[in-house]
Amino acid sequence: MTDSKYFTTTKKGEIFELKAELNSDKKEKKKEAVKKVIASMTVGKDVSALFPDVVNCMQTDNLELKKLVYLYLMNYAKSQPDMAIMAVNTFVKDCEDPNPLIRALAVRTMGCIRVDKITEYLCEPLRKCLKDEDPYVRKTAAVCVAKLHDINAQLVEDQGFLDTLKDLISDSNPMVVANAVAALSEIAESHPNSNLLDLNPQTINKLLTALNECTEWGQIFILDCLANYTPRDDRESQSICERVTPRLSHANSAVVLSAVKVLMKFMEMLPKDLDYYGTLLKKLAPPLVTLLSAEPELQYVALRNINLIVQRRPEILKHEMKVFFVKYNDPIYVKLEKLDIMIRLASQANIAQVLAELKEYATEVDVDFVRKAVRAIGRCAIKVEQSAERCVSTLLDLIQTKVNYVVQEAIVVIKDIFRKYPNKYESVIATLCENLDSLDEPEARAAMIWIVGEYAERIDNADELLESFLEGFHDESTQVQLQLLTAIVKLFLKKPTETQELVQQVLSLATQDSDNPDLRDRGYIYWRLLSTDPVAAKEVVLAEKPLISEETDLIEPTLLEELICHIGTLASVYHKPPSAFVEGSRGVQHKRLPGSAGSGESVDSPDTVSAAGVSEAPPAVIPSQGDLLGDLLNLDLTPPTTSGPPPVPSSGMQMGAMDLLGGGLDSLMGDESEPPPIPLRTDTPQSPQLSHQSPSPPDYSPTELGGDLGGSPAMGAAFGAPPAVMPASFSAPVSGGLDDLFDLGGGVGMPMGAYSPPKTIWLPAMKAKGLEISGTFARRAGVIQMEMTLTNKAMSVMTDFAIQFNRNSFGLAPAGPLQVLTPLSPNQTIEVALPLSTVGPVMKMEPLSNLQVAVKNNIDVFYFSCQYPISMLFVEDGKMERQVFLATWKDIPNDNEAQFQIKDCHLNSDAASNKLQGSNVFTIAKRTVEGQDMLYQSMKLTNGIWVLAELRVQAGNPNYTISLKCRAPEVSQCVFQSYEAILKN
Amino acid sequence: MIHSLFLINHSGDIFLEKHWKSVISRSVCDYFFEAREKAVDPENVPPVLQTPHHYLISIYRGKLFFLSVIQTEVAPLFVIEFLHRVADTIQDYFGECSEGIIKDNIVTVYELLEEMLDNGFPLATESNVLKEMIRPPTILRSVVNTLTGSSNVGDTLPTGQLSNVPWRRAGVKYTNNEAYFDVIEEIDAILDKSGTTVFAEIQGVIEACVRLTGMPDLTLSFMNPRLLDDVSFHPCVRFKRWESERVLSFIPPDGNFTLMNYHVSSQNLVAIPVYVKQSISFFETGPCGRLDITIGPKQTMGKTVENMMVTIHMPKAVLNANLTATQGTYTYDLTTKVLVWDIGKLNPQKLPNLRGSLSTQVGVPKPEDNPSLNIDLKIQQLAISGLKVSRLDMYGEKYKPFKGVKYLTKAGKFQVKMLCTAHFSTNWRSEYI
Repeated sequence: MTDSKYFTTTKKGEIFELKAELNSDKKEKKKEAVKKVIASMTVGKDVSALFPDVVNCMQTDNLELKKLVYLYLMNYAKSQPDMAIMAVNTFVKDCEDPNPLIRALAVRTMGCIRVDKITEYLCEPLRKCLKDEDPYVRKTAAVCVAKLHDINAQLVEDQGFLDTLKDLISDSNPMVVANAVAALSEIAESHPNSNLLDLNPQTINKLLTALNECTEWGQIFILDCLANYTPRDDRESQSICERVTPRLSHANSAVVLSAVKVLMKFMEMLPKDLDYYGTLLKKLAPPLVTLLSAEPELQYVALRNINLIVQRRPEILKHEMKVFFVKYNDPIYVKLEKLDIMIRLASQANIAQVLAELKEYATEVDVDFVRKAVRAIGRCAIKVEQSAERCVSTLLDLIQTKVNYVVQEAIVVIKDIFRKYPNKYESVIATLCENLDSLDEPEARAAMIWIVGEYAERIDNADELLESFLEGFHDESTQVQLQLLTAIVKLFLKKPTETQELVQQVLSLATQDSDNPDLRDRGYIYWRLLSTDPVAAKEVVLAEKPLISEETDLIEPTLLEELICHIGTLASVYHKPPSAFVEGSRGVQHKRLPGSAGSGESVDSPDTVSAAGVSEAPPAVIPSQGDLLGDLLNLDLTPPTTSGPPPVPSSGMQMGAMDLLGGGLDSLMGDESEPPPIPLRTDTPQSPQLSHQSPSPPDYSPTELGGDLGGSPAMGAAFGAPPAVMPASFSAPVSGGLDDLFDLGGGVGMPMGAYSPPKTIWLPAMKAKGLEISGTFARRAGVIQMEMTLTNKAMSVMTDFAIQFNRNSFGLAPAGPLQVLTPLSPNQTIEVALPLSTVGPVMKMEPLSNLQVAVKNNIDVFYFSCQYPISMLFVEDGKMERQVFLATWKDIPNDNEAQFQIKDCHLNSDAASNKLQGSNVFTIAKRTVEGQDMLYQSMKLTNGIWVLAELRVQAGNPNYTISLKCRAPEVSQCVFQSYEAILKN
Repeated sequence: MIHSLFLINHSGDIFLEKHWKSVISRSVCDYFFEAREKAVDPENVPPVLQTPHHYLISIYRGKLFFLSVIQTEVAPLFVIEFLHRVADTIQDYFGECSEGIIKDNIVTVYELLEEMLDNGFPLATESNVLKEMIRPPTILRSVVNTLTGSSNVGDTLPTGQLSNVPWRRAGVKYTNNEAYFDVIEEIDAILDKSGTTVFAEIQGVIEACVRLTGMPDLTLSFMNPRLLDDVSFHPCVRFKRWESERVLSFIPPDGNFTLMNYHVSSQNLVAIPVYVKQSISFFETGPCGRLDITIGPKQTMGKTVENMMVTIHMPKAVLNANLTATQGTYTYDLTTKVLVWDIGKLNPQKLPNLRGSLSTQVGVPKPEDNPSLNIDLKIQQLAISGLKVSRLDMYGEKYKPFKGVKYLTKAGKFQVKMLCTAHFSTNWRSEYI
């Protein structure tokens, strides 16, 4: 007597047979037939042909038969809309039935029939049911509103169902309240800005009351809704927390996690010194631990969320390390998540245990898991300094196993350890080198090459090792190629005598035989760096690298805040804000944590970590593991900020460099008929090719360097070249070769260098008795210049020019007299560049960058005022340390933050960053979040004011958002204008 | 909310689909099959999958995948909990949750699913309520139904749906009034090679079977409630009274239900009932290794350890095992490399031992992966945490119920890491052989 009998078919044809049975007079037979139809439907067979016959069975007193017909209707009404109308009458009649079960069933089913014509008839019965005396009907009707909204949103609004639904929040029955909340939440998702769930203390109170009495699912809806509320003050916050806390002991893990979300959010408002705050923290740990004893799927979601919670409030679970130990029979997805959390919780107190576990894991079978375990050991070393030694020896043990992927993974992490503890563990290099041949993964090869390059002076056969990689240069991945190039250049700078050939070989491979623009660019940079100024090259390439920070994959604070507000949702599983990936959530509002009461700390700052009372140093925002290598390489190129490279290298230096390279370079570029394709901008002064073509050495004197290293002076003579011809406007001294090279790193063919606005007419001839002055400001090689074009439009000769500034906001003053040496005859134009200092008298101007100027000549004194872009005042050493940046950002009160929109800018973030760097706006870190690049930038004004910026660039969106923080917020407006000018230029 | 549900069997056939909103094509499951393929073992399929237009959230129970399709942002735990509830309900209705039983009752299952969810919102998930609306099949009822033509769908509104005690139906009547509580504890532990505890905790659960007439209000109190600091309750338990008096006060659902779950993680409270002396070694030369395991009782509070079973996942290199067990039987599965030793009752006077040689692949010096040893056991009449029920009181009804409490301790994920040594010197080898 099982339902499987419904699947047996007869010879005549199933549909035919069923049709006959459906039209039978016997009730029992009818019911059996409908059951057969349903059974076929559930397994995916198409039984829509039976529509009219099934609908005919609808009018019956037998509830089971009715329900079965309804099930059928819901599935097939869409495909037979005209036939579905036949059912309407029965529905309408059923909505009046004395039995509430039937009323509810009718309204529920009608909502599921997604046919426009039917929805029209649904309105009246639904309106009645929403006000039905029986709560069961009301609660069903509430959900029906959501269904109807999904089919026809306009209709729902026009009929006023939304208001009725809102009224149901105050219903006396908790189940009705819960369903109303659920329905409203679903509708609100497609109407992000409608104020559907208008939460105020009264409704909150109703929700909290209903919370205690409704079903577990209703509790989830209510808790999720509560999480969107922002309490007025810490007392309200505490009282809500108190009423939500009992939910932590619920058997349903979804209820628990929703409660955790509410508590995590509202906790932000509680003063840290409150006793209750501590109690709450303690109460959060046990339920989270309990989640880990549930089914593996639940564990997985719980672990993804715990990962967030641990980052936000590590104190909650800091004593619970052991529950995250991996069990043999955990599914792999649980294992990997547990590992992640183990690292986050690792501290000096528990490191021994953690390491013992990790070592155990590294010998397991699953490759992904083993790899992650090895990586975890490396992260422990970086995180807990005291354990570094033990970690390194553990890694060495693992390398001894010779298991290929273990060895490779170990080498990658050892590279990171070297970055954190330079010059401490070189003794292991020998062991690493033994495994050179077994490395076949790009990341491991690149890591090994980096290590060889970094410690080239201590590895006797470094050149041989690198040479061995060079053989298959073109078959390597880009990552390895780039690393190899850098490593060989490092090697050359450390052991110049033996490795000339090698470096030429790699430079030629990179610049001439490669199609990869990154590789080519880097090759050219090194090439020119080596050829122009080896001292600088040494300073740049072998610069001391900043230590890597302990946490390489922390979620960026603003994102973390948002994710904390989304605990328990898909967003929390993917660690992405919902707007990044959830379809249909049009314009999801970004949720932010409320600020802490008591302390006047900011709400919106991305560093509310401090508000969380985390005493450790703030985590540095640096790119995730994957980017790390790229990052390393980039760092090599960053000029040391403290000891800036000489701004203007003498041409003698250049010659020395050429000497150094000797004849090898000759063969590289000597052939004039076939010049290497150097995609540089034409006005670059030190392009080797250009210098070669204009062999007129101005002051040929071999420098110490050239002499020391002893090249061939003859070659040097050939290469020692003066700066190439400058465009007319470049009257200022050529900016240093190094600066120039850095600009090149950014992109080919892009106008680089400090931004200077086009000249505008400051003083029209009409007003100045024939003298017309147009001008602009520029920053050239660290000197602010006022560049003017003086035109004599009068009939007489002008002489005796002088200039004076009024007091101004930044103390700008002429650093010397106005150099108009010859008299200006009629219709003559002269270009003048006036260097400015910033040590003049200071007075605040309105607008801030206003400058009042007086120009005198033999005829009269003329006054005009002009505005300078504030970017002229950005000094070269405006690059902040990451740590300092974070601390400063946090330190500056939030009131000082200003936000602007930069419209219609079509650069990508890298190009923008490069452009800005040209004007001494330094990018300190970059994060990519939900397709949005966040650039963290700093700049320093001549008067020592620091300005910190967060620039958000979204691919495809020409509008940037910029947030500026500065202790002197008045400058923000000017800085923003400069940003706009620089980026759009 | 939950859009659709697909039930998929072990071999990847969809044998039931239910849509609560518009119909979604089965082809959406292809993404799941892809992940299923990749994961090799069904247990390792990630529970949350992203596809271009949908999210797939699945659980794996009883060799079946319950796969739900989601279109909007929704709490995955909510969905997973619900899916488990569906599986629980099927189990409750038909005694087991398998493809066969679902196919045999496909219409009832379909009706149940319709009752459990409306527009993706859970409607009725309490087994008490469901059973009033759709009666579980019994042989008697199906006979009666065929004779009288009545149906197994209730036609009155379930009483529990809207009352303050939604979990209990009204008008319950029994001739024998009884209330049984099973305190079941599982030990999850990891012991390291030397036998010291790396990690141990107890997962406890109190399962209740209450058949009482009317609206009884029960109070269950413990001898030592202090043990319980991490608990989760059935919604019927009054949390306030637990907080203030540490007693469980509740109006029970009718029939079987889980009253509470608890968790004891404090190391000193977790007694480890057995000890294991084990060694496994491999020799560099010659295709062989040795295995020697002895098990004895440790902290059993004077009770007998039963259903003792040891499962070892051997390294891949182990081809076969030739062992002698002083008690029980052993099997070695050549394909999965799993050694199972079924011991049975643990006799403290004569400790069971399993020893013998392992044949390994020639040329493989030493297995790369360490084997680990999983232990199963049962101890009747003991809650290893020491938890004891002191009394059960009933208010609100006049009759005297029959009461009973049972205790049971089981091994959960109980794992011993093995000491795997490789002997490189031939001296060692001669000593052994």
